[in-house]
Amino acid sequence: MKQSYYIFNNGELKRKDNTLEFYLEDGGRKTIPIEQVRDLYFFGQINVNSALMNFLASCHIAVHWFNYYGYYSGTFYPREYLVSGKLLVKQVEHYINPEKRIVLAKAFVDGASANIYRNLRYYKNRGKDLSNIIDEIDYYRNQINVSDNVESLMGIEGNIRKVYYTSWNEIINQDVEFEKRVKRPPDNMINTLISFLNSMLYTKTLSEIYNTQLNPTISYLHEPGTGRFSLSLDISEIFKPLIVDRLIFSLLNKNQINEDSFYKETELLQLKESAIKTIVAELDIRLKQTIEHRELKRSVSYLRLIRLEVYKLIKHLLEEKVYEPFKIWW
Amino acid sequence: MVKVTGVMMEYYFVCKKKLWYFANQIQMENENENVLIGRMIDENSYIQEKRNILIDGTINIDFIKKYKQIHEVKKSKSIEEAAIWQVKYYLYYLKRLGIEEVTGIIDYPLLRKNLVVKLEENDEEKIEKIIRDIVEIVTNPSPPSVNRMKICKNCAYYELCFV
Ligand code: SF4
Repeated sequence: MKQSYYIFNNGELKRKDNTLEFYLEDGGRKTIPIEQVRDLYFFGQINVNSALMNFLASCHIAVHWFNYYGYYSGTFYPREYLVSGKLLVKQVEHYINPEKRIVLAKAFVDGASANIYRNLRYYKNRGKDLSNIIDEIDYYRNQINVSDNVESLMGIEGNIRKVYYTSWNEIINQDVEFEKRVKRPPDNMINTLISFLNSMLYTKTLSEIYNTQLNPTISYLHEPGTGRFSLSLDISEIFKPLIVDRLIFSLLNKNQINEDSFYKETELLQLKESAIKTIVAELDIRLKQTIEHRELKRSVSYLRLIRLEVYKLIKHLLEEKVYEPFKIWW
Repeated sequence: MVKVTGVMMEYYFVCKKKLWYFANQIQMENENENVLIGRMIDENSYIQEKRNILIDGTINIDFIKKYKQIHEVKKSKSIEEAAIWQVKYYLYYLKRLGIEEVTGIIDYPLLRKNLVVKLEENDEEKIEKIIRDIVEIVTNPSPPSVNRMKICKNCAYYELCFV
C-alpha cells in the first residue's frame, strides 16, 4: 500500500539504484522503498539533485514543500502521465460554457455547505447551542439553487463559512478566541491551524488528481490557474468540513494542541515542529479511517473518497453520470 | 480514424465499458496488483526471445519465435475467448500485411500450458464485423452502460464504473 512520507529532519535525499536514500544531517541514514511512496512532504531543509527529481518524476511521485513553520511553499508536480485528449477537451468545454460551468460550481458549494451543516448538526445533538446558526446556514443554502453566476456562489459560500466560524467558540471547549478567518498572516491559533490544514488537504487532493486524467488547472468554482492548481481548491472545499474542521475540533478538544504548540513572533502565530508532527500524524490516521461505501459496496478510506470525487467528475465530463457532490452520509 | 489494437480486441470480449475507457485514454494508475503481476510475468518470461514487437503502431506482439510463431502471454485462463480472438486478430492483421503461415500461441507460464490458435473458416469475416463494432463503441461520446459482472471485483476500473 502506497503512503505519504513526511520528512522533518534536515539532510539530503538521493536516488540510490532503484530506491530512495535519506542521509540525515547528523549522520544517520534511511532507506525509503520507492514502490511504497505515494507522495513526499518536505518540512525540513532537504537537499536534492536533478537525478533525484528525474527519478521521482519517472515514478510519478509529487513532492509537497513546506517551510519549517508549516507554511506551504509549493508542489513539484511531475510531468503528467495519464492524459486523455478527449477528457481535456471536455474539461475545457465545461469551463467555457457558462451553463455547464455553473452546474459544477453549484455542486461544489452544495457539497461543502451540506457537510458544514452536518458538522453543526452533530454538535447540536451533543448539546451545543447552535440552533440560530443552523437556521442561518439553511437560509444561505437555499440561495445556492437560485444563484446564476459563479461570483454570487462564491459570495454565498463566504457567508456560510462566516456564520459557521462564529459557532466555533461554542464547539471548541478550549478557551480560544476566534471570530473570523484571517488568512495572511494567520493571527491566532485557529487561523493558523486552518491555514496549515487547508494547505495539507489541498496537497492531498492534488496528489489524487495527479493520478487521474484530469488537468488540475482547469476548475469551475475557483478561477482557473490563478497561481494554484485550482481544481484542487474546488474539490478540497467539499472535504474541509469532514477532514480539516473536524480534526481541528478534536485536536483542541483533546488538548493535543494548545497555546504551547505555537511560537508567537510579533503578530504572527506559528506552529512548532512538534505540533506539526502531531497534526500530520493525526491527519494521516483520519485519512486512513474507512467507511462502508453504499454504491461501491466496499469499504473506502477518507483519502480514497477524494479520489472517488475525481472519478465522479470524470464521469460527469464524459456525460456518463451527473456529478453529485460527496455529502457525509453517516 | 480508430486504430483497433490487440488489447481493444481483447477488451471487446471482456467488457465493452472497459474497451471504451481504454480506447479513450482513461487508463488507471498502476496500483492494482494484477497489473503488477502481469508486468512481472512479462518481464521475467521468455527473456531469450524477441519481445514486445509493435507492428504498424497497432498490434503489439508479446514475442516472436523463429519468425513463424507469435506468442501472447497470459496470467490465467479466466477469459480465454478474449485471448483467442486477440491472437486471431494478430494473425488476421499479419495476413493483411502479406505475412502468412504464422502460428499463434497463447502461453500460460504460471499454468505451464499453452494453446495453439489458427484462423479458421469464417474467422476473417467475423473479425471484420468485430472491428466495425469496436469502432462504433469507442467513437460513441459516452461509455456504454453495463451490468456488474463477476470480473468487476478485480477490475482496475471498478471504482470509476460504480461510484
Ligand atoms: S468494473 Fe466491470 S464494468 Fe467496469 S470496466 Fe471493469 S469489467 Fe467492465
